Amino acid sequence: MLNKQIANAKESVEDVFDGATVMIGGFGEAGSPIELIHALIDHGATNLTVINNNTGSGEVGLAALIKEHRVSKMICSYPRTANSTVFPKLYRNNEIELELVPQGTLAERIRAGGSGIPAFYTPTSVGTPLGEGKELREFGGREYVLEFGLTADFSLIKARVADTHGNLLYNKTARNFSPLMAMAGNVSIAQAQEVVKAGELDPETIITPGIFVQRVVEVNHPLLESALVAAGETYP
Amino acid sequence: MSGLTRDEMAKRLARDIPNGAYVNLGIGIPELVTKFVPADREFIYHTENGLLGMGPSPKEGDGDPELINAGKRRVTALPGAAYFHHADSFSMIRGGHLDLSVLGALQVSSGGDLANWSTGTPDAIPAVGGAMDLVAGVKSVYVITQHCTKNGEPKLVEACTYPLTGVGVVNRIYTDLAVIDVAKNGFQLIELSPGIEFDDVQERTGAPLLNVEARTT
Repeated sequence: MLNKQIANAKESVEDVFDGATVMIGGFGEAGSPIELIHALIDHGATNLTVINNNTGSGEVGLAALIKEHRVSKMICSYPRTANSTVFPKLYRNNEIELELVPQGTLAERIRAGGSGIPAFYTPTSVGTPLGEGKELREFGGREYVLEFGLTADFSLIKARVADTHGNLLYNKTARNFSPLMAMAGNVSIAQAQEVVKAGELDPETIITPGIFVQRVVEVNHPLLESALVAAGETYP
Repeated sequence: MSGLTRDEMAKRLARDIPNGAYVNLGIGIPELVTKFVPADREFIYHTENGLLGMGPSPKEGDGDPELINAGKRRVTALPGAAYFHHADSFSMIRGGHLDLSVLGALQVSSGGDLANWSTGTPDAIPAVGGAMDLVAGVKSVYVITQHCTKNGEPKLVEACTYPLTGVGVVNRIYTDLAVIDVAKNGFQLIELSPGIEFDDVQERTGAPLLNVEARTT
């Protein structure tokens, strides 16, 4: 029987290799798979390229992964946020590379990558520093820039409910990039507050079909990034 | 000379939004627009992190940390709201489905170029978010901003010196001193704030301002 459930976060990330590209879901703390990120820190993989909208806050979750110097390059749209101190420090010291991508272009690059589309044209960033050096093409009298799809070796995402086939439901605005990253990851790993047997979810309500998800891990009570930051917690 | 307060600027802008408009509000002064929706109208607010039908922030300590706006503050979802992923959210933006984007600005040029994401200083951490997508795709782009910087420099200029967010994208500007359109031939005055004279605005604008009588469109 098909069962994608893995015993724990630790086992779910143990084949992440040095130099891997890792997509991490979330918009700020909403949808951030903090237990999977912490398992990745414990695991030790380094020289990672990480794709996330932001760069984490405080010294937990994504910010902690960056602080441990595991990330050589970030691809994101908004690397500074309230309580975001780790990334700016490393960036100013030239210890981490940044590829800044407009948020909608980032989302579309991930969707394209997961959909077998190597590149696409978008009007976003034409005539701005982020469009410089990119191939331009005119359609209907308007200019567009060429952007390339993104894929990843691993995607780490957070869901509210998963079933054993990997079908996922999310919570409110915690959905954000995760359905796209599930598609674009070669191995997509979802932590969910509840994992149920295949068949228990209404097929009409599934947001991410299980074909896009290779592993699910149950984390009943995920840590809350903002609460950890407020309490001055650090990881590890 | 004193122009409109931030609240009064937001109230003035809200008057120009039609009933039923789908609106994306940027962070800062744009957010104040929600306080001044005329009684006979309903606006549907979009937040690019995946919610249409965004409501006000809950009381301090209430709400869900996974129900937030683009500024990462907790918000609520109103009856009729919908959640969606980021690609759908930016299809709404880029695909021209949203009626209005209200943004802050560092500079706006007389040709409608907008600079609002970076001052370009070497030690700044560059961060763009969804601003470039919004100005590229939303039907109308309104800027709401103080007319001048804290140092008294004009924000409405002939050509932006800061890195651009978009080229020729701004339709209208609401400041403490005036409402100004970006017309084919430059900044076109639409309305002066109470107690403000044309010359007051022209002196504080870094490009020629066409007076109301010169309005052609």
